[in-house]
Amino acid sequence: MSKRQEIIQIIESVSGKPFKLSPEESLFESGTLDSFALTDVVAALEKKFKVSIPDSALNPRKFDSVERIEENLAEWGK
Amino acid sequence: MAFLRAFGSYLPDRVVTNEEIGAQVGCDAEWIRGVSGIESRRFASASETVVQMGAAAGARCLERAGIAATDLGMILVSSGSSERQFPGPAASVAKLLGLDSVPAIDLPLASAGSLFGLSLASQLAAVVGNVLVIGTEKMSAIVERQPMDRAVAILFGDGAGACLVSPDAGGARVLGWELHSDGAFAEDLRVEYNEPLAMNGRTVILQATRKIPRVISSLFEKHGLAVSEAGVFLMHQANQNLILKIAVALDVSPERFYSNIARYGNTSSASMLIAADEWSQQVGFEGGVPVCFAAFGAGFHWGALLAVGVD
Repeated sequence: MSKRQEIIQIIESVSGKPFKLSPEESLFESGTLDSFALTDVVAALEKKFKVSIPDSALNPRKFDSVERIEENLAEWGK
Repeated sequence: MAFLRAFGSYLPDRVVTNEEIGAQVGCDAEWIRGVSGIESRRFASASETVVQMGAAAGARCLERAGIAATDLGMILVSSGSSERQFPGPAASVAKLLGLDSVPAIDLPLASAGSLFGLSLASQLAAVVGNVLVIGTEKMSAIVERQPMDRAVAILFGDGAGACLVSPDAGGARVLGWELHSDGAFAEDLRVEYNEPLAMNGRTVILQATRKIPRVISSLFEKHGLAVSEAGVFLMHQANQNLILKIAVALDVSPERFYSNIARYGNTSSASMLIAADEWSQQVGFEGGVPVCFAAFGAGFHWGALLAVGVD
């Protein structure tokens, strides 16, 4: 499974809905995630990809789409 | 050594339902309840001030402690909604309590102000004697500024809470506290002069859900206690969903988090002491049982204080 697919799987698991957006579409504007669901996504990403995202990097904009999450995961995993 | 001897609170009479505030900002009552756990809040009257509410809560606290205002060595008043830039409400609260020379210090910290006040007071009590800590807020005056923001207007309410921190034994002994501030997020929750409250809710929730459990765990660990030993968590009442998230993160039953946000909404720095006052009237400290106070808010400022009931 690709990293993108794994991210989508996490989003589907947290939102409880099938993911039907394009990778660059906003997870917030589309109503896929709210503020509290975002916290669960962050925790699940850290666990799944074995990364520790520092508080200073916890900017919601970095989690606004599957594409952005994928880009930032690469950075946090370094 | 310092003790939390008594609490007091004051809530304005006017109950503002979700239906009423929802009609003003275009959302329904059930949606408000779902996103916040809030069912109603209190709004002060036009003539009711932060000072009056704070003094009322303080007077009730002194009455419960069985001491006179003249027995105070200091007053600390937190507020993020004071009516003027300066002087802050502390000196005027002291005046309403009948004092004319006791030092009264303002803590202009929204949300976490009472927690910071309790922490400071627990250190100062040994030097100055009894310290009255008050959190008092008229958030309605801020959230009703135009244009009203739905995400903000539904959350806040007015009120005041107070706690007497004393070097004399009684109530609960303060074991310790841990406070933090990070100005990197100052823009994410702020009120500019004469402007509506601006809040980046996602950032607030994201940071609070990590920082609050972390600081609570750290504080318990420092004192050789397990978080599960706490009899009650008395937190800043920001959002019921946030409180539930913190309970899950700490692996503690949500029932151990005292909550009155359904009735009063988020009263910013007053909320933790209003909750403590209600809890103390219903349950109260029990000898040897730890009690945890915690808050997070604009700044960002956050922290926790640990106390244990005395026999």
